[in-house]
Amino acid sequence: MSEPLLTIDGLQAWYGRAHILDGIALTVGRGEVVALMGRNGAGKTTTLKAIMGLVERRAATLRFDGRDLSALPAHRIARLGVGYVPEDRRIFADLTVEENLEVGRQPPRPGAPAWTPEKLFALFPNLAEMRGRRGTRMSGGEQQMLTLARTLMGNPSLLLLDEPSEGLAPLIVRQMAEAVRRLKAEGLSVLLSEQSLSFASAVADRACVIETGRPRWTGTMTGLMADDGVRAAYLAV
Amino acid sequence: MSFLLVQALSGLATAATLFLVSSGLTIVFGVTRIVNFAHGSFYMVGAYAGWSLIERFGGTPAGFWGSVTAAALAMGVLGAAMEIGLLRRLYRSPELFQLLGTFGVVLVVQDLTAWAWGPEDLLGRRAPGLKGSIDILDQPFPLYDLVLIGLGPLVLGLLWLLFNRTRWGTLVRAATQDREMASALGVDPARLFTGVLFLGCALAGLGGALQVPREAVTLQMDMAIVVEAFVVVVVGGMGSLAGAFLASLLIGQLQAFGILVFPQITLVLVFLFMAVVLVLRPHGLLGRAEEVPPTAPATVTVPLSTGGHTGSWALALLALLAAVPLVAGDYALILLTEVVILALFAASLHLLIGLGGLVSFGHAAWFGLGAYGSALLVKHMGAPMPLALAGAPVLAGLGALVAGWFCVRRSGLYFAMLTLAFAQIAWSIAFQWYAVTGGDNGILGVWPSSWAAGKAAYYWLTLALCGGTLWLLRRAAFAPFGYALRAGRDSGLRAESVGIDVRRFQWMAFVLAGSAAGLAGGLYAFAKGSVFPTLLAVPQSVDALVMVLMGGIQTVAGPLAGAVVFHLLKSEVMSLTDWWRLVLGLIIVALVLVFPRGIVGFLSGLRSSFVRRRA
Repeated sequence: MSEPLLTIDGLQAWYGRAHILDGIALTVGRGEVVALMGRNGAGKTTTLKAIMGLVERRAATLRFDGRDLSALPAHRIARLGVGYVPEDRRIFADLTVEENLEVGRQPPRPGAPAWTPEKLFALFPNLAEMRGRRGTRMSGGEQQMLTLARTLMGNPSLLLLDEPSEGLAPLIVRQMAEAVRRLKAEGLSVLLSEQSLSFASAVADRACVIETGRPRWTGTMTGLMADDGVRAAYLAV
Repeated sequence: MSFLLVQALSGLATAATLFLVSSGLTIVFGVTRIVNFAHGSFYMVGAYAGWSLIERFGGTPAGFWGSVTAAALAMGVLGAAMEIGLLRRLYRSPELFQLLGTFGVVLVVQDLTAWAWGPEDLLGRRAPGLKGSIDILDQPFPLYDLVLIGLGPLVLGLLWLLFNRTRWGTLVRAATQDREMASALGVDPARLFTGVLFLGCALAGLGGALQVPREAVTLQMDMAIVVEAFVVVVVGGMGSLAGAFLASLLIGQLQAFGILVFPQITLVLVFLFMAVVLVLRPHGLLGRAEEVPPTAPATVTVPLSTGGHTGSWALALLALLAAVPLVAGDYALILLTEVVILALFAASLHLLIGLGGLVSFGHAAWFGLGAYGSALLVKHMGAPMPLALAGAPVLAGLGALVAGWFCVRRSGLYFAMLTLAFAQIAWSIAFQWYAVTGGDNGILGVWPSSWAAGKAAYYWLTLALCGGTLWLLRRAAFAPFGYALRAGRDSGLRAESVGIDVRRFQWMAFVLAGSAAGLAGGLYAFAKGSVFPTLLAVPQSVDALVMVLMGGIQTVAGPLAGAVVFHLLKSEVMSLTDWWRLVLGLIIVALVLVFPRGIVGFLSGLRSSFVRRRA
């Protein structure tokens, strides 16, 4: 079997003096959707930020597509084909929908689906109707769609999706899950952080459960659904 | 009627230049969140470079406009170089470091410019083809100024297109809002920021080069324009291009007509206008409320410690200092008197910065107000020294009471800009109100009473007054007053939620610091025997900041050490060279980059790492 698209081992991360991640290890294979699960404060968001180079971090292994990421700044990592979708959306509120997409635009790269605004508008029809609208005047669900679309404009081969279902209406959550499945079908690999078991089970192939910055359990999504003990120990609130 | 029209038109011409320069400043601030003090330096060097090029090539219209463009582009390149060499290392620093670091560049550039072009004012040639004037309602108006008036809106339009219709502009606007997110989308913020500095400084250089046919090129134009550009940017709303345009128009007119109505206080008018706008519209005319995320306070929030034996150490030091006249000569005593005065000046500023987290960029106002207060009492009322000295902290305190009411309404950069504005108001009064203050000539003959006329006697008097005030300031720092101030500094919201009226405490601190600085100023006036407007000018405020920074912000003793080192450096080392601005500027830049914790912080860091190694 070939090397996984993303390999992480012994990942440490800090916010100032606070040690947040202590030895996270996981892999994401090509075309695979992996759910990073855990309670609030377990370190899911920090894991994704650490991969992206947005927090101070160190790792025994942090490889993506055959490249070592550990010394690269965020924009170089993005240009290698890692797309990051933050949980707090971070739309450029002064920019229109089309301008937000323009910021994310990068040249197409081999081995990853190539996106244009038109293809994205087909995927997210809501956005098509508000191309000229500024980010300040959008609902939460629309902003979430725009955040995802903006990242896809960079033609990533791996998507880091932080809490995609958080704070969204049930209808939007279903649309979101549908979008993730479509992206997987296009050949994208996805690492998503999630608290909602139902969302994760709807889209993910495998799960990695973490708690207080340490890996606790790894296996298939079906395995996790079957294992009441793990769920009770690390996920139940 | 026609006279008024021409006056309005000349106001528009002033506004055009002001807009060119301020647009660059506001663009740079909008993206980097750094208030670039050196912006005026690019304007000045742009003018000098433009002068040289125009002298050589400016005989034809093509040569003239080519020279102007070349000067602007050259300034852009220098600006980009400054971003790479200095600003890039300051993005995460507290704004104090950013302001000081760029001010260091101002000093360096001043000396380099004087070295390259000489100290004489330079008169440039007129623009070919635009030398005459046209009659507007029978009043002559220079053609060149008409071209300038047209240039303002043209540049605004081009900048609008650049930011709204190009990919580069879109990326810049995105990075302005959320630098980290933009970089996570593959945008290299470093390259973007270098480009922004190129653009901003090229605009400043353009403004400077365009001045060559209008007025003499001088070594003073950098500070004059940057202070005005600050006002424009703050009035318009920091980061807003349209706001800068609007504010330029208003201030251009204010100056054109203000000079007719109040010729003595045109400078004051501009700053009063700014203070009024900020009280009515705290974020400027077209600024937005979100604005200015707090910059990293990390270097400031290290807790102060009372230290076990501080009291006995201080007494020992005082006794030692009091014994100095027994062994030292007059020169050493004069020097030491100044050091003690400056230590009080620095400590009073430290009260604001270290405890209150309030970075004042105009602390010289209170020092100078105290000095002028004493001098005026002596000069106009024939007051004896004790009365005049008592008047110094009172007058400075009253001034700080009024100014503080405005200033503490805002925090961070706006606070710094407001304090700067009030210092400039005080400076312009001292500078322009000849009848009372003697303007440039200052006030001479401010000598101590006969009982304190000896160098040793005056030194002891200074030591007693400054020592006593320092002791009071230290008491305040470790009293509930000091705790409340520090609570407000570290988290204003939390402090308010436990019932601390943060603003009132900041106001009180402002007045206390102002009075203490005023006493230092009064003592300084009698030590020197004279006062000059430079005592209230920006460099004096910066001196105080450098002393605080040299000593280290986190320690109460820091400003004292800073004052000693700084004054000895300035009077002993820098007097050996004509290029003291260059030396001082480089020291400031080095301090900001290499010793952000100051001398005392650096030494205690060394000591603790030494102790750790031994353990």
